[in-house]
Amino acid sequence: MTGRLRAFLGFWYDFVVGDDWRVAVAVIVALALTYAVSTTWIPAWPILPAAVAIILPVSLWRAVRR
Amino acid sequence: MNSSALFVAVFLACAVEAVEALTIVLAAGFGRDWRSAFLGVGSALAVLMAIVAALGPALTAIPLEALRLVVGGLLLIFGLQWLRKAVLRASGLKAMHDETAIYRAELAAVEAAPAHRRGMVSDWYSFTLSFKGVLLEGLEVAFIALTFGANQRNIPLAAIAALSAVVVVALAGIALRAPLARVPENSMKFVVGIMLTSFGIFWGAEGAGATWPGADAALLVLVPAVALFALALVAVLRRAAARPLSPKAAGAGSS
Repeated sequence: MTGRLRAFLGFWYDFVVGDDWRVAVAVIVALALTYAVSTTWIPAWPILPAAVAIILPVSLWRAVRR
Repeated sequence: MNSSALFVAVFLACAVEAVEALTIVLAAGFGRDWRSAFLGVGSALAVLMAIVAALGPALTAIPLEALRLVVGGLLLIFGLQWLRKAVLRASGLKAMHDETAIYRAELAAVEAAPAHRRGMVSDWYSFTLSFKGVLLEGLEVAFIALTFGANQRNIPLAAIAALSAVVVVALAGIALRAPLARVPENSMKFVVGIMLTSFGIFWGAEGAGATWPGADAALLVLVPAVALFALALVAVLRRAAARPLSPKAAGAGSS
């Protein structure tokens, strides 16, 4: 039973998170930051595009380096 | 987002996954037993329909802000996965997805496996191979169709786009009786990665409370910007392609 649960969770982890868990963590941090900034007068919309502009090259660089 | 963008995004994503599923089903059918392969396809489609029927109405009941935050975040994580692989493939640092090579490998594997009857299924291997292939590829399609459809409050259109892609790919497969090797699968995956990432950014930011300048029109800037950025990364990485292919980059993942 534990094995099946582990396999089930493992499948969903691979399905959504994939090869680089740092991407998922960075997206969650960027969303939290967007929420925090949206409660102030500062425009919050540039945060996610900026995050992607950093996350994608870094993740690619790590993949190439391996 | 207008209806045509929703349709195109879901159709392309669904078509590439359907091409991959078709390769597996053809290998199971030609290599072993068509009846069992079709039973596997039918069973997987029934499970997928049950998942969509259960999750579709549940997703539309969630308040739009919360839905966009969660779904936008998931879509962005998922989209960046696709885009990362697509950029690596386009820059030559990851092996291209080759349906003919995959079909040959699958065929060799199914022909070598021993026959085994279970209940009304005359060849259990063909059944499970088709079932798993269609279910796993179909889950990605269901995820994309449901998230795009629910966010736009238009699940029926997303479902039509998904079904259209499956029908087109299935008809092409029946006509050719071979894997669809000439479909520009890698280019389609690149486009889908751009769409998933762009809509993930848009919905995720909106769900987290941000307001886009120009509202929905911001997507008209966001999609080309993500595309140009990804193409620029391909250009930069191509210089690294002269180096030997690392085993990990060559083999990782199939989506």
